Amino acid sequence: MTEFLSSISLFPLVLTVGAFQCGLWCQKKFRSPVFNPILVAVILVICTLLLTGFSIERYQGSMASVSWLLTPATVCLALPLYRQLQILGKSLPAILTGVAAGTVSALLSIAALCRLFCLDTSISISLLPKSITTAMGIVLSEQSGGIPALTTIAIMITGILGSLTGTTLCRLLKLDHPIAQGVALGTASHVVGTTKATEMGALQGAVSSLSLAVAGILTAILFPLICPIL
Amino acid sequence: MRYIKQLLIILAFCLLGELLAALIPLPVPAAIYGLVLLLTALCTGLLKPENIEDTASFLIQIMPLLFVAPAANILRYWDIIAPNAVEILLICVVSTFVVFAVSGLVTKLLLKRKGGDTND
Repeated sequence: MTEFLSSISLFPLVLTVGAFQCGLWCQKKFRSPVFNPILVAVILVICTLLLTGFSIERYQGSMASVSWLLTPATVCLALPLYRQLQILGKSLPAILTGVAAGTVSALLSIAALCRLFCLDTSISISLLPKSITTAMGIVLSEQSGGIPALTTIAIMITGILGSLTGTTLCRLLKLDHPIAQGVALGTASHVVGTTKATEMGALQGAVSSLSLAVAGILTAILFPLICPIL
Repeated sequence: MRYIKQLLIILAFCLLGELLAALIPLPVPAAIYGLVLLLTALCTGLLKPENIEDTASFLIQIMPLLFVAPAANILRYWDIIAPNAVEILLICVVSTFVVFAVSGLVTKLLLKRKGGDTND
């Protein structure tokens, strides 16, 4: 079985796309952020690899041929960002300040907790970019000696948490303004939170996706300053 | 052939980003430089959204797919991660709530201070 699968060079790609489609299907059927398509796909891929005995190194080697797409895809995030900037013109100072405050609090709180728990530096670096979008988080983690796999998982957990608790948190914190809600969801839980924000309203959605992009850029700039204190 | 032309424009920005990342001694990823450059080009009108729209939306839509393989690598690092799983989860929960509260409340405060003209 393993040998047969190894002879099919497209097996890893088909497995990945198939698993992701399953994840999308689960999300549509169960309508819960717990069924995050990436998380479902990762679990399916890992189970398949373990069951078939197909080595993870081979799988990664094969998938490396498509991973170059991540850079152009990340660069393209400029397009939705540009559109949101145009819609949100006059509330921009408040949004940007809110995102900046959130980003700094993210980096400082994660760094402080990592120190408190005496975590290994590679784990701390991996957790540091956990509130930003996966594309940027992976690259930051990899460049600074983190474990991109852990970063991806932490980012997913953060996204799901924010999305699940967003409505309750808004009520508890008395965040009644749609712009404040969007900033909170986008800064704290990136794309997954933005999906929730879009459910709450179009304005929340637009603010949230602007926030996640700004938070990503700010984190990339502040990252080198925080890394040495870990 | 518009996909190819658009891809070429996008790749040109990636290349410029890589160039900047190599020249500027900061650990900022090339993709971030590329993003900022592309945003600047759009804001200054140097480039119109139509010039990259089709290829850009395709790439953005398939992007989540590209995260599956890096995340599946968790299998290789399981030995390092497993002993700290509780701490890692706790950090995720606490910091998510902190960021949510700080960013949301700061924005609300600033919007309120600006006065009643923010009812949109």
